[in-house]
Amino acid sequence: MVKKIENVGCPFCGVCCDDLVVTVSDDGKKILEVENACVIGSTVFHRAMSERHTLPRLRQPDGTYKEISYDEAIDYAAKVFHNAKKPLIYGFGSTNCEGMAAAAKVAEKAGAVIDNCASICHGSSFLAIFDNGYPSCTLGEVKNRADVIVYWGANPAHAHPRHMSRYSIFPRGFFTGKGHTGRKIVVIDPRHTDTAQMADIHLQVKQGHDYDLFDAFRTVARGHDIPAEVAGVKREDIIEVVDIMKKARFGTIFYGMGLCHSDGRNHNVDIAISLTRDLNDFTKWTIMAMRGHYNITGPGVVWSWQYGFPYCLDLTKRDIAHMNPGETSSVDLAMREEVDAFFNVGTDAAAHFPIEPVKRLRKHPWITVDPHPNMATEISDLHIPVGIVGVEVPGIVYRMDNVPVQYRNVIDPPEGVPSDEELFERIYERLCEL
Amino acid sequence: MAKKITLNMITQRSVEEGVGIVSGKMSPEYFEACSIIEMHDDDVQALGLFPNQLVKVTSECGSVIVKSVKGRQTLYPGLAFIPQGVYANQIVPPRTQATGEPQYSGFPVTVEPAPLGEKRKSTLELVQGAVGLWRGD
Repeated sequence: MVKKIENVGCPFCGVCCDDLVVTVSDDGKKILEVENACVIGSTVFHRAMSERHTLPRLRQPDGTYKEISYDEAIDYAAKVFHNAKKPLIYGFGSTNCEGMAAAAKVAEKAGAVIDNCASICHGSSFLAIFDNGYPSCTLGEVKNRADVIVYWGANPAHAHPRHMSRYSIFPRGFFTGKGHTGRKIVVIDPRHTDTAQMADIHLQVKQGHDYDLFDAFRTVARGHDIPAEVAGVKREDIIEVVDIMKKARFGTIFYGMGLCHSDGRNHNVDIAISLTRDLNDFTKWTIMAMRGHYNITGPGVVWSWQYGFPYCLDLTKRDIAHMNPGETSSVDLAMREEVDAFFNVGTDAAAHFPIEPVKRLRKHPWITVDPHPNMATEISDLHIPVGIVGVEVPGIVYRMDNVPVQYRNVIDPPEGVPSDEELFERIYERLCEL
Repeated sequence: MAKKITLNMITQRSVEEGVGIVSGKMSPEYFEACSIIEMHDDDVQALGLFPNQLVKVTSECGSVIVKSVKGRQTLYPGLAFIPQGVYANQIVPPRTQATGEPQYSGFPVTVEPAPLGEKRKSTLELVQGAVGLWRGD
């Protein structure tokens, strides 16, 4: 008899859909069907079993990989940590909080820098939130209360495919019984995206000029005049949208990489928060970062609890942590060639960093911890395969609104393949012996 | 002499790229999703490109060969888009404005028809090639 497992969490994006139904074969080893997931989530489960390695692989002098035992791999990794003056552990977009805590224990013991994918994603948001606060809410509140939604520099139709149907545009909530017909949707983006296609109003902001447009919004909200055009958007369009925002019962600004990756970085987020605060003089407004991966919110929560900082953590002084993006951030460390070993965990820095920092990091030992082969594994000295969180390994993940969700496993990992947590605990033990 | 224009580049997600990631970065899905560029029709015309022609995109820190496609999502003239990932990151400047975040969006590039005989490289050739590990197909 095949088994249907309900309320399964999806290990892809920050929406953390937890309503998936996964059908597994009667021996519990094969995933047969995935219901309710988007095209990406469904592919995650269906691809889980393909291209798996069940043993670590060590790069040989001729450039090829040779399989070694987990004991040998753990010994190798511990020695790299032990011998490096300033190792960098980076990633954690795709693992559970238990793995993140175990890795931080290793980082402290090794005197490493530990950083997560927020470093190249929503790190700017952290900087702005430190400076200016975070008037946010949960996605449940958005679903049940929000009648005006603004997506600014975010394209959930592509990056968070079920965000609009579960939480923002379409669902019928407690006070939003009319669903999408009772909501106004505004999209602000330099492209006419598929998300803009869903909007009542699309403002095509000039790329890199979001700050100017936020400033114009604030100026209008406070009752002052603005020029005939700001950041490529006409004055009357700005006035119309600000009027909609002021008349909302409950509004939410969802913002994405359009703000964090463009000129201005944290300052764009800073002024978005200020606009949200201004709008609270008139009605209730909230703001939320569209966090990318299903548990990229996790390391910020876990490491803040452990060390007081969410990312770019310098633990080279062991138990005295400090954080200073620009100095202790992964890409900057790589560009200044300040680290002498690199651990890529649950991410793919070789694909997602610009190529120049990849080249500089590769001058030193590079170890990749990931269930599947990717660009990082293919340039590593050592690839250590682990179980897939949310498919083979259960654990806690934090959704984009900082709500923890307990993920479950639907099948078991291949025999002998550990979880990230088990792996880092074993590296820690070996490191203590050296 | 081949035409060449300067555009403002943004590199962000696409759902096809998302499927490509979880299918594997060495999969055909990833290759087709990420080794492309989208531009406004005016810019495509200015370059005199025919549909799906290969172009060479060059930034302050490198160049990459990608395929010019007509996207479902549109841009204004002067703006160009390559999905985030291996191809985009051959040209993304690593400068971070002291935040840790590279300049993934909003950097100048030149676009020109790819020289005759140039092909899109595989992800492995690009990344392994960059670090001296590429051993050929």
